[in-house]
Amino acid sequence: MSPVATPVFFYGLSITAIVFAVAVITRRNAVHAALSLIGTLVSLAGLYLMLYAPFVAAVQIVLYAGGIMVLFLFVIMLVNLDQNLRQIQFNRQWVVGLIAALALGGLLLFVIRQGKEIFPLAYSAALPEAANTQQIGIALYGHYMLAFEIASLLLLVAMVGAVVMAKKRI
Amino acid sequence: MLASWKSYLSMDVTPGEAGSQLWATVYIIAIVLGISLAVIAMNWLERKILAHMQVRLGPMRVGPHGLLQPLADALKLLIKEDIIPANADKLVFWSAPVVVTMTAFITFLVVPFGRTHAVTDMNIGVLFMLGLSSLGVLGIIMAGWSSNSHYPLIGSLRSSAQMVSYEVAMGLAIVCAVLLTSLPTGTGTLSMIGIVEAQNAQRTWFVFKFFPLGFLAFMVFAIAMIAETNRAPFDLPEAESELVAGFHTEYSGFRWSLFFLAEYSAMLAVSSIAVTLWLGGWLRPFANTLGGPGWDLAFSLVPGLSFLAMAAGCFLGAMRMPKIVQMRAQALGLGAFGALLALLGLVLLASGVRQRVQDIFWFVAKVACFMYLYIWYRGTFPRYRFDQLMRVGWKVLLPLGLGVLIATAIVGARQELGAAIMRVVR
Repeated sequence: MSPVATPVFFYGLSITAIVFAVAVITRRNAVHAALSLIGTLVSLAGLYLMLYAPFVAAVQIVLYAGGIMVLFLFVIMLVNLDQNLRQIQFNRQWVVGLIAALALGGLLLFVIRQGKEIFPLAYSAALPEAANTQQIGIALYGHYMLAFEIASLLLLVAMVGAVVMAKKRI
Repeated sequence: MLASWKSYLSMDVTPGEAGSQLWATVYIIAIVLGISLAVIAMNWLERKILAHMQVRLGPMRVGPHGLLQPLADALKLLIKEDIIPANADKLVFWSAPVVVTMTAFITFLVVPFGRTHAVTDMNIGVLFMLGLSSLGVLGIIMAGWSSNSHYPLIGSLRSSAQMVSYEVAMGLAIVCAVLLTSLPTGTGTLSMIGIVEAQNAQRTWFVFKFFPLGFLAFMVFAIAMIAETNRAPFDLPEAESELVAGFHTEYSGFRWSLFFLAEYSAMLAVSSIAVTLWLGGWLRPFANTLGGPGWDLAFSLVPGLSFLAMAAGCFLGAMRMPKIVQMRAQALGLGAFGALLALLGLVLLASGVRQRVQDIFWFVAKVACFMYLYIWYRGTFPRYRFDQLMRVGWKVLLPLGLGVLIATAIVGARQELGAAIMRVVR
């Protein structure tokens, strides 16, 4: 199937992602910030779809928006943040912050404009999307097996640590 | 213009695959109407079946045998006062039922009622439906938090913790079934239509494959899907005697009906997943042992005959109504309903209609069995306490799912190895 209205979807999803991301850092209410982050993640999933990677898009929604953000919301709700809402927020380092943000933004722009050779695995966008799941499976369990095992070991350590810290008697 | 309407008869793929926006839109409208009709029917069926299980009659007044009761309920909900709690977060309060309902409806984009009777066939169909269930959990959290009240907050946290826990067991069971699709060819598929085609190619429903492994995976999914939809016996977060009404306590009128709609649509969606992955989707029963043109003809008559049987039941009920003047309207209504069902049955017996529609009938019949099981469980089992519920999800279903996955992989690999050796020997 040929793609339809690509600029509309790309600009729409990008603008949505940026607006929600700005909302994450400007909302005073922590739950509103978490919900805006969910909006960003769903827009990113749409962008993954446009890059012919449906599996990555679906996994982004299942794991990130549907799992990790649920965890975020649990923690926010169980930690009562009402009094923080009423306090006045202030920040005295905004000049340094502005300089640092401008420097980082300049660096990012420079890399995007000049640095195409940094990414060696440049697949063309004509990869058929039906093969996305298979390609990821073959890559993950073939070439990147060591990284996969190390990542699962890391998750195991995190799980064991959480259980140990939550138990009353070890 | 006429050509695009006539192209429907010669389509042998879903409208989404064929790129036909017109028919995809028609299918979407048909599915939305169908789900609404199914939810209305479920409302009536639940009350009547629960009542009969508890040796009472259920609604009998509103229409003949209470058939118009769901319409009365819907009307009542529409005209109720819309109360929003004080200090409730208005935007999130408004959007929570919208999120839950939309995700429940969008899952039906990939549900295959037949080879060509789906809106579209995504190559990540099952994962798409799982993802939308996860987004539904977010709607529940939003509902509970924005109500600014204790019972909804606790109810929504419990409800979402339960749903997230049982999603893990569901995912493992789904992986078992997807693993089975890769057996003959070496390439599996996540698409819903692809999974049913794989069952067709392997001439066996996955629930009977490598017995008892397929059956165990099916049971894990069947139990997890009940907990996923917050139904009895896993309905502590929304039981009246526990938390008033859980996360939808503060919602009244139309907003509550959206939650109700979303809950029943979610039940239909996960039952569709179970039917597609394990029970052969739209394939008719005994496609192999009772194959051949004679049996095909017999099975294709079943939809029409079942509607005629329902019509006969309606006429019987109309004849058994008390013969007094006040009940005449109800008797006539029941007779008219029976006549409608008989007409539908006669239409379904026509030869051209039979070919196109029997896939849809078998799929809907299997999902209807699951709906009956849902109601049966509600009428039979006592409720799980919340810690027992979490224990079952993490300590029973998760190890069982992992064990079934490992066993299925070993048996499947052994079968493939044996087949490869046979090919080399020959």
